[in-house]
Amino acid sequence: MSRLPFYLIVGLLLVLGIGFSVHRHVQLEVPWTPGEQRQTWEVEAVVDFTALGEPVRVDFALPSHQRGYRILTENTASPGYGLSFLQDDAARRAQWSIREATGSQQLYYSIRLLVTDDRDQQPIPRPALRNSAWERPYDTAAAQVIERAWARSADPYTFARELIRDFSDDRQGENARLLLTQFDRGPLLVRLLNQAGVHAREVSGLMLNDGRRRQTLTPWIQVYEDERRWSLFNPVTGEQGRPDNLLLWETGGQAVLEVQGGTNSRVTFSMLSRNQPAAAAVRSQLANDTLLNFSIHSLPLEEQALFQTILLIPIGALVVVFLRIMVGIKTSGTFMPVLIALAFIQTTLLTGLIGFLLIVAVGLVIRNYLSYLNLLLVARVSAVIITVIAIISLFSVLSYRVGLNAGLTITFFPMIILSWTIERMSILWEEEGPKEVLIQGGGSLVTAVLAYLAMNNPWIRHITFNFLGVQLILMALILLLGNYTGYRLLELRRFKPVTED
Amino acid sequence: MWARPSQLFSRGIIGMNRRNIRYIGRYNDRRLYPLVDDKLQTKLLAEKHGITTPALVGTVTTQFGVKQLRQMVTGHAGFVIKPAKGSGGKGILVIERCDPDGYIKPSGARLTLADLERHVSNILSGLYSLGGSPDVAVVEALINFDETLSAYTYEGVPDIRVVIFRGYPVMAMMRLSTAASDGKANLHQGAVGVGLDIATGAALRGVQFDRTRLDHPDTGHELASLRIPDWHALLLLAAGCYEMTGLGYLGTDMVLDRHRGPMLLELNARPGLAIQMANGEGLRPRLDLIEQQGEGVGPEQRVAFAQRHFARRGVLCRPHQPRPSVVASAPSA
Repeated sequence: MSRLPFYLIVGLLLVLGIGFSVHRHVQLEVPWTPGEQRQTWEVEAVVDFTALGEPVRVDFALPSHQRGYRILTENTASPGYGLSFLQDDAARRAQWSIREATGSQQLYYSIRLLVTDDRDQQPIPRPALRNSAWERPYDTAAAQVIERAWARSADPYTFARELIRDFSDDRQGENARLLLTQFDRGPLLVRLLNQAGVHAREVSGLMLNDGRRRQTLTPWIQVYEDERRWSLFNPVTGEQGRPDNLLLWETGGQAVLEVQGGTNSRVTFSMLSRNQPAAAAVRSQLANDTLLNFSIHSLPLEEQALFQTILLIPIGALVVVFLRIMVGIKTSGTFMPVLIALAFIQTTLLTGLIGFLLIVAVGLVIRNYLSYLNLLLVARVSAVIITVIAIISLFSVLSYRVGLNAGLTITFFPMIILSWTIERMSILWEEEGPKEVLIQGGGSLVTAVLAYLAMNNPWIRHITFNFLGVQLILMALILLLGNYTGYRLLELRRFKPVTED
Repeated sequence: MWARPSQLFSRGIIGMNRRNIRYIGRYNDRRLYPLVDDKLQTKLLAEKHGITTPALVGTVTTQFGVKQLRQMVTGHAGFVIKPAKGSGGKGILVIERCDPDGYIKPSGARLTLADLERHVSNILSGLYSLGGSPDVAVVEALINFDETLSAYTYEGVPDIRVVIFRGYPVMAMMRLSTAASDGKANLHQGAVGVGLDIATGAALRGVQFDRTRLDHPDTGHELASLRIPDWHALLLLAAGCYEMTGLGYLGTDMVLDRHRGPMLLELNARPGLAIQMANGEGLRPRLDLIEQQGEGVGPEQRVAFAQRHFARRGVLCRPHQPRPSVVASAPSA
């Protein structure tokens, strides 16, 4: 039985993988390292709606140049639609129109932004004060809320902060609660600010987080100090200032999306951060994709963001293969650690570790009780799944209540996998004792952490996403590891007594 | 703390990776695995090939059938309930005797009929089987194990693991359960492994938790005098499992019954490597030698070949003179 075909395949994979990668580096100037570059963002907005068979007009707000972000290119995809860009002094809007359309419609708008160090605030014209009469009994409530915040403030900013705090959960007074029953938070705050003589408007922004999909805009309150200077306030917490990763999308105080002739309209955003050499950042390289330049950059942004994660899974698999074949670490479930590591990427390591241990520990206690009920396996595992969901919900709510927003990310854990982990560990505990549970559970965690460190490494993320040839190299490495007949690291310890006679 | 790879290599120790690729992957056809992974199938197959196994009391295949359990075990003093597809000794329940109040385990713990039914129900729902797939419960008669060996074990039945490579017995060890192993004969749970000379069935050395032992930790009986009666018959039976299953690299678990002699308990298509620790010797030189042998040799010749080539003098001091090529069934002191 010759091993020649095996080594030929491995050699071919290595040559192809390295060849593709070098080609991309040389021809397309994709750098080997993510450093010394300019960061760009690609944001894609998808407008979804159901057309009613009448003439359709879609009016969609667009972002402008602003502090920290410069627009490089923008593209739209909307087959059959007429398109025009409207610009006034406050805002830019895109207008799509079509004479007749029926059924589900999708319009795409994508924009590439360069991250700049520009610290100047862009001038946005101050909105006029709008005074409107309140109905009873809201008039007195509004007056009292304003009066209370006014007394405790010195200028427009402090007034806005105090006002918003009065509407935040822990300090919500009777008046605030009454007003919130009738009005939406954003427009209500703007109206109250205006009534107190403070110029303000509600704007929408997009929080830029790498690889996120199906995001929506978040509302912010823009408060003016004088003619030109303004500041942003978080309408929920009252926090002042603009987060660095906030892209202001709509600043005219108008609706983000208006659809005539359609229903069920909504807009979702996906985004991706990419590091490019400063020169290439400006030049669009999507146009000349041939088969040899085979690249996922030609996919829609939403799929690209998905692929960024998918392409990391082989790295996790390599870590697992290495730890099991070369080191001999025992894990509970072969690739469970990779899924846990993927969850860690979303939750960050410390939160993830604490969350994982909490869920598994509480799950084990409850599973222990379930074993007394003498249930059939499938029913018992299902009960564990529900338990895990309950634990996750409980921890999310609890951590949010005590102000730990990081706790919310616990929902990223794969629940079915966790349930099986709990089930397996529980059986292991009954049969082999707690020591084996610690060995396998510890092994799984060590593997997950190492896989996380590898998958979250900026250089590895850069390499796997930009060089698809690396996947072939990974494949070759895994094949080679699968052919290893030597000792595992831990076997050197296990078999040590044999060498002692 | 750590051995150098070269040290292990020079002693012919094989590791997990080598076992998986070089022996299991090459000599064990995956198609044949169900024969050994399902104990009921193994048992029926063994009966067809004239290989002795513990008597079958009955099987339970449906949750409905659980209610017939009492009727099934009536009249049997002791019996064993095991999952057909269990692994690593999981889910095996031994009942030593029963009285009107219930069923008594070797440890003296008393179980009720409801406990037994719950256990069988768990087996059927796949609690102990690989992958949690639905399973069948097998009820076997209790083994009356040979009195001469009782001093060497604590609670459970000691079994003899013989690794069969292409039909040749290559290495053997006896597994003695201890208090630490909770009556189970699994080495990683704390059972004592005693390496056995392939030529004579006499003890070579003992290990517990990978450390050398000269006596049984619970009974205090020294291990050096251990010598398996009926050794040649046992090897013949084990070697015959190659023809029976077609698996090239096979672990056979044998027991000695007082009345019926050596019996096949179960087969394992992925036998562990601890046997090397118990023998203080690597498998590799022996496996290499067998690989050079031709096909088509009968069990009798294969056993004779193995006894001639794998004879060894033990590191434990023994009261008997070594008699490498003589098949001895003399009881020990």
